[in-house]
Amino acid sequence: MSGVLSIVQNFLSGLGRAQFFLLQVLASIPALLLRPRLIVQQLYYVGQLSMVIIVLAGSFVGMVLALQGYRTLIRFGAEESLGVFVALVIVRELGPVVTALLFAGRAGSALAAELGLMRATDQLSAMEMMAVDPVRRVVAPRFLAGVIAMPLLASIFAVMSIGIAGGHAIGVELLGVDAGSYWSQIRGSVELDDITDGLTKAAVFGFAVTWIAVYQGFHAEPTSEGVARATTSTVVISSLSILALDFILTAFMFK
Amino acid sequence: MNASDPVLVRARGVHFAHGPRVIYDGVDIDIPRGKVVAIMGPSGTGKTTLLRLIGGQWRPNQGTVEFDGVDVHTLRRGALYELRKRMGMLFQNGALLTDLTVFENVAFPMREQTRLPESMIRDLVLMKLQAVGLRGARDLYPQQLSGGMSRRVALARAIALDPDLVMYDEPFAGQDPISMGVLMRLIRTLNDALGLTSIVVSHDLQEVLSIADYGYMVADGKVQVQGTPDAIRQSDHPWVKQFLKGEPDGPVAFHYKAPAFATDLLGDAR
Repeated sequence: MSGVLSIVQNFLSGLGRAQFFLLQVLASIPALLLRPRLIVQQLYYVGQLSMVIIVLAGSFVGMVLALQGYRTLIRFGAEESLGVFVALVIVRELGPVVTALLFAGRAGSALAAELGLMRATDQLSAMEMMAVDPVRRVVAPRFLAGVIAMPLLASIFAVMSIGIAGGHAIGVELLGVDAGSYWSQIRGSVELDDITDGLTKAAVFGFAVTWIAVYQGFHAEPTSEGVARATTSTVVISSLSILALDFILTAFMFK
Repeated sequence: MNASDPVLVRARGVHFAHGPRVIYDGVDIDIPRGKVVAIMGPSGTGKTTLLRLIGGQWRPNQGTVEFDGVDVHTLRRGALYELRKRMGMLFQNGALLTDLTVFENVAFPMREQTRLPESMIRDLVLMKLQAVGLRGARDLYPQQLSGGMSRRVALARAIALDPDLVMYDEPFAGQDPISMGVLMRLIRTLNDALGLTSIVVSHDLQEVLSIADYGYMVADGKVQVQGTPDAIRQSDHPWVKQFLKGEPDGPVAFHYKAPAFATDLLGDAR
């Protein structure tokens, strides 16, 4: 019983520290906006460098969805609705969720490892001694870049999986679904709400993943094991948080 | 700045503990203005801790640390950061920012703390790099530098804002004789030429005493010996004797605390 209590206590105190850290980061953002170069630089690292993995994953997920959807829909003679099937699944669910999981693995782990190594090699302490606040100079630009990058990456994921190399390539080019039906049914059935819901999810996931990554990295123990633990925790906690948040958000968005 | 006070840093009755481990148990240390002061002692006695206490990164459990008459640990964050602009610190591994070049590393505090035009920052950085002999290495990244070069770049960065105090954390550790000689000469020359005050934390007793004006030997949570380099060299204090002669046993025991050897070997059979 005392073991369970101490786990709960540790969890709550960790959550409290993480929230306090988040407040520090958020308080640094107004000053950061005066130095857009720092944000653009981090957008390149967390966003642009995650593009390849997002484009490839989006294409494959779209292709698989098209194959599976076609197999089921053709039994009812409804293969013309393949576009709607792929688009709704991607826009509402898989786009934000898979992008966020990949983002946690690619950018989240990199952020945690980078900050952890900066801690282990005294770079953060050196900044403090140079009277430079590392939360403002190092953490806040990375955090903001992550929050901005995630909805953009989710959008690219959706474009790739529904169109270009995903659902369209398999459904229309390979399986022979009529291109007009594929796209017109998407236009008819996907509403603005679906898109805003998807983008909201992506933004919330981006917020959560980047928060977890910068917190874990910044507070990593300054040893090799500490950095490894921070990186692993980032990916594990982020992935579980994404799935839990997805359920909560979907429940609220469900009409 | 209270230049009439000959002491720049004054620590009084400092107690500091890491969990159950007591690092300082009532330490008094004065760092006179304009001097090079050596803080010596065996590994793990909290020499680096002293620098972090002076810089306000850590807080003593009891006692005060004053910098130029100001109690460092009563300051709020903004005032503490203002005070730190008057301190430079050279970390043991250099702690250079690995995503920036040598030039950008030295320019970093200037760009963050001043609004100087880029042309002036360029000139100042080149002057600082010239002082440490690395003007030609300005476009290299930290991973392309040797250990000694990294420390020299870190030294250039530490003096970038013309501080009053420069703190060196084990500057000679792991250096070859040439790098060590270069660093020793630089610490002394820069201190005198720029009118700095320097604190050099080291366990290389002979080397650090050769450039210091005054020294403290810290061990077991206390200042064991203090004085001029000659006085310390001639001291017959057991800590100094063991340190100077590099003897394996003495006040710093060769054996870590353990039960009697026979008890360990024979166990229950006894």
